[in-house]
Amino acid sequence: METLVHEFPPYRGHQKAHEPGGHGHHEDIGFGRKYIFSTDHKIIGIQYGFTALCFMLFGFFLMLLMRWQIAHPGSPVPVMGPLLAKVLGQPAANGVISPELYNSFGAMHGTIMVFLAIVPLAFAAFGNYVVPLMIGAPDMAFPRVNMASYQAYVLGGIVMLVSFFIPGGAAQAGWTSYSPLATSIPTEGQLFWIIGMVLLITSSLLGAVNFIATIIQLRAPGMTWMRLPFFVWAQFVTAFLLLLAFPPLEAAAVMQLMDNALHTSFFLPTGLAVGGQLAHISGGGSPLLWQHLFWFLGHPEVYVLILPAMGIVCEIIANNTRKPIWGYKSLVYSVLAIGFLSFIVWAHHMYLTGMGTKISAFFQATTMIISIPSVIILTCLFISLWGGSIRFNTPMLFALAFLPMFGIGGLTGLPLGFNASDVYLHDTYYVIAHFHYVVAPGTIFALFAGIYYWFPKMTGRKMNEFWGRVHFWGSLVFMNLVFMPMFAQGIKGMLRRMADGGANYSAARVPDAIGALPGTIMELHSWILWAAMALGIAQIPFILNLFWSINHGERVGDNPWHATTLEWQAPTPPPHGNFAEPPRIHRGPYEYSVPGHAADFTPQNEPDQPGTPALSPAH
Amino acid sequence: MSELKTAEPAHAPFAGEPGAHEHPVDFNSYLRRCVYVFIAVVCAVSLMLVASYLPHFGWPAKVAMILAIACTNAFVVAGFLMHLISEKKMIYTLLAFTVFFFTGLMGLTVWAMQDFPAGTTH
Amino acid sequence: MEIPYAVHPRPDTGIYNAKVGIWLFLASEVMLFGALFSAYVLLRVGAPAGEWPHGWLNVTLGTINTLVLATSAITTLMAWVACKTRQFGKFKFFHACTLLLALTFLCVKAYEYHDKWIHYEIHLTDGRIADGHLRASDADSVTIEGRYVTDETQLYDLRAQKDIKTGEIKIPRAQIKQMENYGPWHNTYLALYFTLTGLHALHILGGSIVIGYLWGPGRKLWKTDPEHFTNRVEVSGLFWHFVDLVWIFLFPVLYLT
Repeated sequence: METLVHEFPPYRGHQKAHEPGGHGHHEDIGFGRKYIFSTDHKIIGIQYGFTALCFMLFGFFLMLLMRWQIAHPGSPVPVMGPLLAKVLGQPAANGVISPELYNSFGAMHGTIMVFLAIVPLAFAAFGNYVVPLMIGAPDMAFPRVNMASYQAYVLGGIVMLVSFFIPGGAAQAGWTSYSPLATSIPTEGQLFWIIGMVLLITSSLLGAVNFIATIIQLRAPGMTWMRLPFFVWAQFVTAFLLLLAFPPLEAAAVMQLMDNALHTSFFLPTGLAVGGQLAHISGGGSPLLWQHLFWFLGHPEVYVLILPAMGIVCEIIANNTRKPIWGYKSLVYSVLAIGFLSFIVWAHHMYLTGMGTKISAFFQATTMIISIPSVIILTCLFISLWGGSIRFNTPMLFALAFLPMFGIGGLTGLPLGFNASDVYLHDTYYVIAHFHYVVAPGTIFALFAGIYYWFPKMTGRKMNEFWGRVHFWGSLVFMNLVFMPMFAQGIKGMLRRMADGGANYSAARVPDAIGALPGTIMELHSWILWAAMALGIAQIPFILNLFWSINHGERVGDNPWHATTLEWQAPTPPPHGNFAEPPRIHRGPYEYSVPGHAADFTPQNEPDQPGTPALSPAH
Repeated sequence: MSELKTAEPAHAPFAGEPGAHEHPVDFNSYLRRCVYVFIAVVCAVSLMLVASYLPHFGWPAKVAMILAIACTNAFVVAGFLMHLISEKKMIYTLLAFTVFFFTGLMGLTVWAMQDFPAGTTH
Repeated sequence: MEIPYAVHPRPDTGIYNAKVGIWLFLASEVMLFGALFSAYVLLRVGAPAGEWPHGWLNVTLGTINTLVLATSAITTLMAWVACKTRQFGKFKFFHACTLLLALTFLCVKAYEYHDKWIHYEIHLTDGRIADGHLRASDADSVTIEGRYVTDETQLYDLRAQKDIKTGEIKIPRAQIKQMENYGPWHNTYLALYFTLTGLHALHILGGSIVIGYLWGPGRKLWKTDPEHFTNRVEVSGLFWHFVDLVWIFLFPVLYLT
């Protein structure tokens, strides 16, 4: 049943979805309208993906520079030092990363990784490409709004990048931009950060509206809610989180912008002193107000980071165990519960702000409760492996690794969710280890899995399996070597955001101080630096594999993984409009190894009578 | 969200058919309804003005009264001018969640600022 | 390639796509303005007793603006009804009214902003405070139409003070220690006022641009697909009504309490 495989990038073939059988008359809309100003969800998805991966690489380099400074404070950065000095001037004088520059690298690493890399890749890139195909829709509900959301994202990214080159450099007040520090820093970097954030929030809001409307309105006939692949449910809930949680941050960003540019005092308290002098402000503001508004988004944001990843892992596990996912209904209700609860847990990021016992107990309770649906999801995925015929291809390796890695990340979050233990662990490296475990060997592994998995649908070719495994093992080993030691460092008391890597508090400098950081902990910095560099090198096979396989990878048909979901029943790559005629859905998303069927998978749109050839979209 | 579970339509049309779901619209009855709504809004505004100048109440009581009148005013505008009264269940569900989260944002934030350990502020 | 349910409703949900989209967007706007209102509540409740302004805004102008917006909400709805009943002439009339009313609202707002802009609080070297509207200024002196007070707290609650007498006051610059106008930097109440009403005014402007587009160049769609055009009018109308709803809360919160 080999159908015609088209070349990548799309439109090189001449098929149009609504002209079955023949070579359609292909109106030429020009390179610009086809690839740059496209309203096709697949092109926009690839645009998002490519841009996000570039930002992720850039954020990774920022991290390497920071890890160098931590391990060798005050030493010039090898290789990159002279370049930094030339480009950035005084803050990188003699190739040494100054404390201000370190702080701006830290703030921008966080901002770029969260808002410019992971969310656009997990939600916008994968979501845009896959969701309309999975529900049998010809495109998103609002294609032009889709294009606008990508353009707002690019603009926001440009503003963030440009901020590195203005006098004073990029934002320095952390990705959390707490007032009054964010207003007291006398450079324009914070302003650029705020403007960039407003653009990114706009992009996310437009995308969220699009996703929800598409999933509600454009499901193909027969695609009921409980027949949706779990990935679509995950994207649906993620879109709601973005829709309702981002606006308060936008409001707060506007207020902080007014504080910075117009000298208002939304977040500046009466009696604020800067540099030893009373600030010329009206006062009356509240720094805690910023924190509440920020974390009202900040907490749902971390679920935005993880839910699409869980969706991807679920799809890949079902496909590579050749059996249905265990507990589909539990998964759906759990993801809805996570979405709902995530709005009322935020102040567990604020336990040390002087909140009273009652309110702290409330947030502690909701934080503990939200761990339950998360564990349910992980448990369902684990149980799904039982009795499966597991195929250990590259996507499956990454998906399998996601499970214990996310397990470690999630479980280490529990002491942080408890008020009492968080008093000790707050703002230490333990927190950094916890959230990186969830996002780095967690979400990013799932995203790698998704890239390897859906690459054949986008290009008609598989990525190289050997180098995929090299990428996998290298990433797995070195991710753990980078982040596992940080738990120990945090428990020993090493705080976050220290430009000298804690040297000021080390036993080497103050041997008699109680609780000084011991040499063993400080020595870990060098190991972490080596592991981080090795982690970077482990990504090289992936980058080369990705580009090389576009034109030289092993050619495959429409459904190389023998998957049941709808995107694999569309041509490869799907033409404009995706399906020749709307697919008709007859069953759930994970009908693998159904007794009595000839094949070990039954696509969602295959008609009910056995023996009838599947209605595949027109060639 | 289980309210969103829908029965499979018998012949779900992909490209929508002309809606048989809309009631015919009569211009003059709408105009009359709009006049009633406008009168209701004027009344609400007048009541708020009166409430704000009442001499014997403290600010908390006056604020409560004024907000109650404003909410009623809002329901009239939303219900009739935005057709929320005759809108589909899905929209109601969305708005219900929104109201819940907004209440959480305002309520929990205010509670957090009011609840602090004794003796920690002057 | 046609997106289904763009014009006609999907049978099981009963709504067309753009209506789902606009209600989703309005939900996010509720959270946006909700966060600003939460900020207002927090900062007001947290302010020291007696230091929150009352009566700093002109209630008459606010009431006029409220009625202007309420009328425009009516005309917006009637414009949609006209489209639904295929009376394009009435649509043109009603939305012309909507646009004029929007312009009126913005002009009144601009006047109010200007009034605050020229309102100064001047701290003199002898400890007194002069407060009033700037009438003239030159190199040596500043002339305001206002009054003297001895303490800043007397400037907060204007509602409680009956018959405030103002006169023309000329102040030599040498006597001025500090001079600041009633901009958003002056205190948190004004910061919130300008931010809330400024953001609201931006939404009025945005809504006017969309309605203006439909009234003007966008009306071409009426000839080819009147149902689609009617849906656009409905969706932009929903946005406009929401902006009116925000003002229904803004007016009492800022002007009356």
